[in-house]
Amino acid sequence: MSNRTSILVIDDEIQIRKLLAITLESNDYEVIQAMTAREGLILSANHPPDLILLDLGLPDESGHEVLQKLREWYTGPVIILSVIQSEEDIIKALDNGANDYLVKPFRTGELLARIRSALRGKLNEQLTSTLTAGEISIDFSARTVKKNNLVLKLTSTEYTLFSLLIKNEGKVLTHHHLLKEVWGPGYINQSQYLRVFIAQLRKKIEDDPNHPAYILTESGVGYRFVGNE
Amino acid sequence: MINLYINRLSKGKQLFLGTLLICFTSGICKLLGGAVDYKIVGFILLVNVSLIAAVFDILPVLYAASISALIWDFFFIPPFYTFQVGTADDTILLLTYFVIAIVSGVLTYKIRQIEKIARQKEEKANTVKLYNTLFNSLSHELRTPIATIIGATDNLQNQDQKLSISQRNELIAEISKASFRLNQQVENLLSMSRLETGIIQPKKDWCDINEIVYHMIDVIEESDITQKITINIEQSFPLFKTDKGMLEQILYNILQNAIVHTASDTAIDIYAKCYTDILEITIEDNGEGFPDDEILLVFNKFYRLQQSKTGGTGLGLSIVKGFAEALSGKVMLENRSTGGARFTIQIPGESSYLKNLKNE
Repeated sequence: MSNRTSILVIDDEIQIRKLLAITLESNDYEVIQAMTAREGLILSANHPPDLILLDLGLPDESGHEVLQKLREWYTGPVIILSVIQSEEDIIKALDNGANDYLVKPFRTGELLARIRSALRGKLNEQLTSTLTAGEISIDFSARTVKKNNLVLKLTSTEYTLFSLLIKNEGKVLTHHHLLKEVWGPGYINQSQYLRVFIAQLRKKIEDDPNHPAYILTESGVGYRFVGNE
Repeated sequence: MINLYINRLSKGKQLFLGTLLICFTSGICKLLGGAVDYKIVGFILLVNVSLIAAVFDILPVLYAASISALIWDFFFIPPFYTFQVGTADDTILLLTYFVIAIVSGVLTYKIRQIEKIARQKEEKANTVKLYNTLFNSLSHELRTPIATIIGATDNLQNQDQKLSISQRNELIAEISKASFRLNQQVENLLSMSRLETGIIQPKKDWCDINEIVYHMIDVIEESDITQKITINIEQSFPLFKTDKGMLEQILYNILQNAIVHTASDTAIDIYAKCYTDILEITIEDNGEGFPDDEILLVFNKFYRLQQSKTGGTGLGLSIVKGFAEALSGKVMLENRSTGGARFTIQIPGESSYLKNLKNE
């Protein structure tokens, strides 16, 4: 066994698999390919990869079903690749445990960045009392957020929202998930709260709130925190 | 117009209306009694049959001709209330009436048929013309990037040794540009077909208008543009409930249109206003504006300006209109008095100033 990071690609399109294999191998990942849902499930069970790239439109089974089956035992990151652009599909995949999604066509640079951040997220799972991402750092025990070592004055709700985002660095958190975790299950349709607090957080955290670099919007789906690479 | 309406009536209704008209006319003539000569009544009934022939199908016309001849004979030609005809003159009159009624009915019907065929031919010609325009612009817009991709990759595969590094990079950049252009055209076609099939349903949610506008400008500015875009929207702009994806597409297509069709250094300004239940976004530039006689046509599907120097499928602005209408709103275009074009989008919906309240 090599000690390179292994990535399983489940996609029925040979062109996409080739493109991914070349891109990933040239970036020193080990690539395993599966062209059907069945093959993907068997391969992932035999040699659990470090990360899975999953296409939603597979010939034998829908990617949603594959994801559900995978999540019964696989804890590594899963990134969805799909030509299906509907927000419902994306939200469904994220709710079913996907870490991230990319809509085809995508830039390979973007894909590599998402893979790196998903793999990093795996390391973040060990609970630490502090996290640093770019110029931002958070201390969970003291409930403080600093930017360039200056303490930012966040309200309690802003802090809860921000800590949720930063704990899931690189991962898309859906509107429903954020509303439920921060405000409670009764608030999942009160999206205006989320818009307001995201706007306020950006004013405090971003250099330019109109061109956010940390808290990114995933249109129609949710928000994602990225630390500067 | 009236023709269209009447043609849609069923045969039964046409028969009924024809009978009604003839009975009504003859009833009035009968009430007038001896004041109207029975020969005049014949002419009046003949006019009725002609009127019916002008609007109804052939069968009701023949029917009206027969029944009016019978009524005329029974009620008006002496002796009354019998189908017998008194004199030889009257017999000839009745026969002539019948022939004229039938002939005029058939002739009028035939003329209408010919007109109808001519109209169908014209409509077909227009459709063919529209399709030709569509195929020309579409095949141009799709084939140009495909040709670029095939040509450039072929070059890279077969002429590799002869190419300098900068030439190689240039070819790769062209492939990339062509793919994005192709992708955008496909997106437009998919949007259009979604609009055409009517399966598009707005998903309304609270939108941060500033965020959307700034994001769209970032997307537009990814491809190095030469125009200068300025956003003039207050930071405290209220949240507005609408379909974010559609609003983004509307803004993107208007901006993209401005980017493609205006000279470099053109200034593009974006403004937004929020009335209690209407969001109004204005996008204006100081370019050349639109020709006055074409300004109303640019939102039509596949329409391209007569003098258009740059390509395009004529889909972008028609999608803007389609999405604006799907949001129960509208989009307007005018030339500014100082030169340049101004697009105004108005979308009804809820607004929320929650954003400005102090929290906790």
